[in-house]
Amino acid sequence: MPSQTPNRASSGQQPVASDQSASPVISVRNVVNRFGSQVVHDGVSLDVFPGEVLGIVGGSGSGKSVLLRTMLGLHRPSAGQVIIEGRDITQMSADELLAVKRSYGVTFQHGALFSSLTVAQNIQLPINEFFDVSETTLAALAELRLRMVGLSPDAGPKLPSQLSGGMIKRAALARALALDPTLLFLDEPTAGLDPISAAEFDELVLYLQRGLNLTVVMITHDLDTLVTTCDRVAVLIDRKIVVDTLEGIMANPHPWIQEYFHGPRARAVQAPKEKQ
Amino acid sequence: MLLESQQTGDTLALRLNGDWCIENIGEVDAALAGIDAGSRRVKIDCSRVNTLDLSCAWMLQRRLEAIRAAGGNVEFAGDEPRHFRFLVEMSERGQGKPRKTEEESTTLLHGVAWIGRRAVQQATQTRDAVGFFGRVAATMLRSMRSVRSLRLPSITRHIYETGIQAIPIVSLIAFLISVIVAYLGAQQLSQFGAEIYTVDLVAIAVLREMGVLLTAIIVAGRSGSAFAAEIGVMRLNEEVDALQSMGVDPYEVLVLPRLIGLVIALPLLTIIADAMGLAGGALLSSALLDISLTQFIPRVQAALAPTTFWAGFIKAPVFALLIAMVGTYRGLQVRDSSKELGRLTTVAVVQSIFLVIFADAIFAVVYVQLDF
Repeated sequence: MPSQTPNRASSGQQPVASDQSASPVISVRNVVNRFGSQVVHDGVSLDVFPGEVLGIVGGSGSGKSVLLRTMLGLHRPSAGQVIIEGRDITQMSADELLAVKRSYGVTFQHGALFSSLTVAQNIQLPINEFFDVSETTLAALAELRLRMVGLSPDAGPKLPSQLSGGMIKRAALARALALDPTLLFLDEPTAGLDPISAAEFDELVLYLQRGLNLTVVMITHDLDTLVTTCDRVAVLIDRKIVVDTLEGIMANPHPWIQEYFHGPRARAVQAPKEKQ
Repeated sequence: MLLESQQTGDTLALRLNGDWCIENIGEVDAALAGIDAGSRRVKIDCSRVNTLDLSCAWMLQRRLEAIRAAGGNVEFAGDEPRHFRFLVEMSERGQGKPRKTEEESTTLLHGVAWIGRRAVQQATQTRDAVGFFGRVAATMLRSMRSVRSLRLPSITRHIYETGIQAIPIVSLIAFLISVIVAYLGAQQLSQFGAEIYTVDLVAIAVLREMGVLLTAIIVAGRSGSAFAAEIGVMRLNEEVDALQSMGVDPYEVLVLPRLIGLVIALPLLTIIADAMGLAGGALLSSALLDISLTQFIPRVQAALAPTTFWAGFIKAPVFALLIAMVGTYRGLQVRDSSKELGRLTTVAVVQSIFLVIFADAIFAVVYVQLDF
């Protein structure tokens, strides 16, 4: 299990069936993204293997969101390929792309719950959109999603504006899980949460990831999240990407990486680890 | 077939086949509904399932729970599906039971409560509207004291957006409407051989009523909705709260410039609409009635009393006030959701058009009483 960080292994969690010998779920090949004269990505390649949790970090403006949007097929790269399940999504027709999009779940930074629908309706929307399902089944499926993310069924009839920040993140995760995806993209899942809620959310993501054998790609700035949940870390830097285990990344001599992982804010996170 | 069932004695043997995944949720649902909940013994064989995703596992488990609850005995031939363990684990993580929903109240009580709620709502709304009017008036008086708090750049922007940008559509509509009035008038008046009065009809109709009323209705649709939507989005983004937290009065920054801008822009638009209306009348008269421009102008001057133009023109600031007030008021009422934004924008347009027409009716009565 080369991708396993000691942190995850030592915290008593079951090793995850992340397998780098298997073919990647998503393969980003030499992607170039250009906006006018500004080059955001210059030949970025990244493989995401089944069953792993991959964290993406990078400074503001380093193109994390653009990379995520490229992987989601929401943004067409200037050059390069994005291969999901063996097929290049940049070459697909709109219909084929739609079918691919159905196979993954996404949560957005601010939840992006539909504000005029209740939480339960938000979860039911994609199911109802694609499949012919009775009301009672829809209700049952929404209840399952709510239970999965640890929300009580009381939250179902509430509007997003009536939820706390942590509940919004959970409801957004429930909606992302609506179509039983095997691949989950999380954009800043713990941003704006207090450390306790953030830790609970990390634990929830790991629990679902292990229980359902999901592949998770997350953008995060939370060092705690990186340490506790991610098998590998991808750092976007100087328009390129560096992918390694957390240990490998932390040993990287690049000044930005050193600053990121060993700066004053990082030291607080590192301290307990060094005691071990 | 997703599910094969075989009844032997009191044992129901179920064999699951194929893809039990959310794509087939409708069929899964139908198949599960076909299982007799009163079965005494149920044996399930999952060995021939291709895929069983969590949603279908959940639906299956719920059905099996129902059979167990009815006293049936459920067992699996071979292993339980993988997701069953996850579901059991999940329920062990402990979830609060849903609170009991409130007892259904009777219809009569419901009706009375509805009337009461509506009455209170109406009273609050009226109070809020009066409060809004008062607050705008107070802010206006306060702002008059210094030029800075009048926010001239902002007012200019609103004059540009609500006035200058509306000139093409207002001109076009005024022109077309006066052509229609002139055409109909000419047709009817020719029966009496009094075609020349078409000029009087157009001049008076456009200057007293049509010019200002149509302009106000177009502006209500154009700018009333824009006011409500702009301020509504600012509310949703908490920008209004941000202003307040900085100690900046949102009424001074958001409401007053729009109000003053529209009160300046709408009368000017009215003048343009009047001119375009007369031009339309002149064009049709010369084309249809052989009344040339040299005859048309003296005829218009003869038809108009000195007050005719002012009778129409002085309505414009009043209409502007109504449109701006309703638009900004509804915008500030937006709370919480994008649905509210849409609803209140619609309300703003409908209400401002209604108020404009209502005010116009009052003007008509007052003018008759004053012999204006």
